[in-house]
Amino acid sequence: MRASAAAAVLVLCALGGAPAAQAPGSAAPYTVLSREGRRPLAARVMAGQEMFALDELARLFNLTIREDAAAGGLTVTAGNQTIVLSAGQSLASVSGRLISLPAPPAHEGRTWYVPVDFVTRALGPALTTRVELRKPSRLLLIGDVRAPRVVGRMDPLGSATRLTLDIAPATPHTISQEAQRLIVKFEADTLDVALPASTSPDLVQNIHQGDTPSSIAIDLGPKFATFRTSDVPGDRGAGRLVIDIAGQATEVTQPTPPGPPAQPPTEIPPLIDLVPSGTLRAIVIDAGHGGNEPGAKGPGGALEKDVTLAVARRLKGTLEGRLGIRVILTRDGDATMGLDERAAVANNNKADLFVSLHANASMRPGVSGAEVFYLSLDEYGDAAQRVAKGDSESLPVFGGGNRDIEMILWEMAQARYIQESAALAQGVESALREHVPMSARAIQRAPLRVLVGANMPAVLVEMGFITNAAQEKQLTSDDFQNRVVQALVGAITRFRDAHVPAPVSGAR
Amino acid sequence: MDRRIAIIATLILAAFVAVSMLVVRRSRGPSPAPPAASPEAAAATAAQPKITATLYYISEDGLSLPGVQREVPFGDPIVEQARRIVEVQLAPAPAPYASAIPAGTKLRALYVGDRGDAFVDLSGEVRTAHTGGALDELFTTYAIVNALTVNLPAITRVQLLVDGKEVDTLVGHVDLRRPLQKNLKWTSLHPDAEAAEGR
Repeated sequence: MRASAAAAVLVLCALGGAPAAQAPGSAAPYTVLSREGRRPLAARVMAGQEMFALDELARLFNLTIREDAAAGGLTVTAGNQTIVLSAGQSLASVSGRLISLPAPPAHEGRTWYVPVDFVTRALGPALTTRVELRKPSRLLLIGDVRAPRVVGRMDPLGSATRLTLDIAPATPHTISQEAQRLIVKFEADTLDVALPASTSPDLVQNIHQGDTPSSIAIDLGPKFATFRTSDVPGDRGAGRLVIDIAGQATEVTQPTPPGPPAQPPTEIPPLIDLVPSGTLRAIVIDAGHGGNEPGAKGPGGALEKDVTLAVARRLKGTLEGRLGIRVILTRDGDATMGLDERAAVANNNKADLFVSLHANASMRPGVSGAEVFYLSLDEYGDAAQRVAKGDSESLPVFGGGNRDIEMILWEMAQARYIQESAALAQGVESALREHVPMSARAIQRAPLRVLVGANMPAVLVEMGFITNAAQEKQLTSDDFQNRVVQALVGAITRFRDAHVPAPVSGAR
Repeated sequence: MDRRIAIIATLILAAFVAVSMLVVRRSRGPSPAPPAASPEAAAATAAQPKITATLYYISEDGLSLPGVQREVPFGDPIVEQARRIVEVQLAPAPAPYASAIPAGTKLRALYVGDRGDAFVDLSGEVRTAHTGGALDELFTTYAIVNALTVNLPAITRVQLLVDGKEVDTLVGHVDLRRPLQKNLKWTSLHPDAEAAEGR
């Protein structure tokens, strides 16, 4: 995993609008976005189909291409996967499995072209990284790049104006006023934006990409007086940000003081400000161990703390990119963290789920397979009973110090969620089973210290045994880590869809 | 004169052994000599009375902690017997099992409180030489907890200490902040039925 700072170099120019006049047969280029940066990828139209040159894809994805002139076919090797293409055939074989293509590969001179969908239909399954093609935006996303689609529109609202930003998937953001600008910053690597021209230049002069790839700037007009915002949930995991911008000339009943709280002009209809119940807003991913606590060690020297951090980062990127859920890592570096601190990160962020990632170890080097744990309260005996009666205790708070957090004991915190944690554990176990080998002890209850203080459904995932030489290699591989991520995203999605969080009133 | 003293001493020793045999359960059938926890214990092995205790070791597949019948030196009072049990539990495992406790771990002290809580103070090797796995940590913990609570009904709960101090966990997983009761679910691979019920 490259440093996330690399994402800072990402710049997106793929705005709506017609491209400049194209040469016959050519199409507007796509923009490739990955952790490594941004680059153009030329496309051309052949027989009504948009095509990419196979040579360019080979450079992009490290493919090997072999042409079999006699058979009229092409063999494309991606890692250890093979894709076979035949001239004149709208089919490709991806490691033995047939997939269809909108058009057969074509060649011009010595250059072969494939339909743009080849990337997602054939390369996607063959590669271990995520590949997403957004044709309307002419974007090709590779890897765990968070690039929410932000589509804006402006509507007049009496003497004010309303800017609506539809964000898919919903992505956490902040809004601030800096001089004559409103800046909307998104928790993303870049944005895939389609922004409108201003219809009220007195209030809003221009709406454009901000100074960073993940921000939008709204240049305010001379009559701007105040603004207010509201987040409204959208469909299918999307979000909507509504920004109402009012001017000085409006019939405001009171003079508006600078800065919040802004008094909205009376003619602006009330904004909806609700968060849907039954949705996940935030998840805390805990990369087990870290710093001077390396955790278990594999025979080849791999450390548990490195594996857990790598998977946690991947999982964060994928969850945010696909589900639009805010994901907080308990650590995003090689830091030593106490077990209470980890639960405190989740509690203080009011996370809806807590997932602790670990790699297992055994005296027996042959032991392998993933295991999922949730908390057993049996071991807490009388203390757990006292908790059930509502006794309180002070909790350590992230950042130092202690505080009574809503009078909840660590033990009581998780005790409230044991049923949901069990359901989550079972979901994670069955999802993992589809992607990685499982231990004979696939799901277990145990008095695990890091889970007991979590004030939300919580599980601990042992992804495999790092003490097993074969599993050590798996745990450090992109392929295996992506499979774990895929399983966890699936399990979390199913949990979100099936379980409306119903904490005891006042518990959160 | 010396010969008579020797005969009397022999008779007294024989009588002691006979009484001991009546009082102490003897192990049935041949069994391997228990590994000595110390040179003194090794020297006294032949003469010491023994009890049969169930000790806990990691199975061949590494996934459970079955009980194994072993001979343990007799000890009295209860705290002495507890020490002997833990000392044998810390010694290398009989084939084909593996010890759940890291090699080199020593028993520093053992106390038994009035309410049946035992405190087992282990040397730091129990952490530093540990594999670091959650399952192994559960096995390390419950090997000792079960060895004491199963064989000595007077001991109902066990708390592990390391180098004389209370610890949160051994290697980052199992909550050791309070005494733990016997738990035999780790002794076999039977699925945790309660898991399916979500309890």
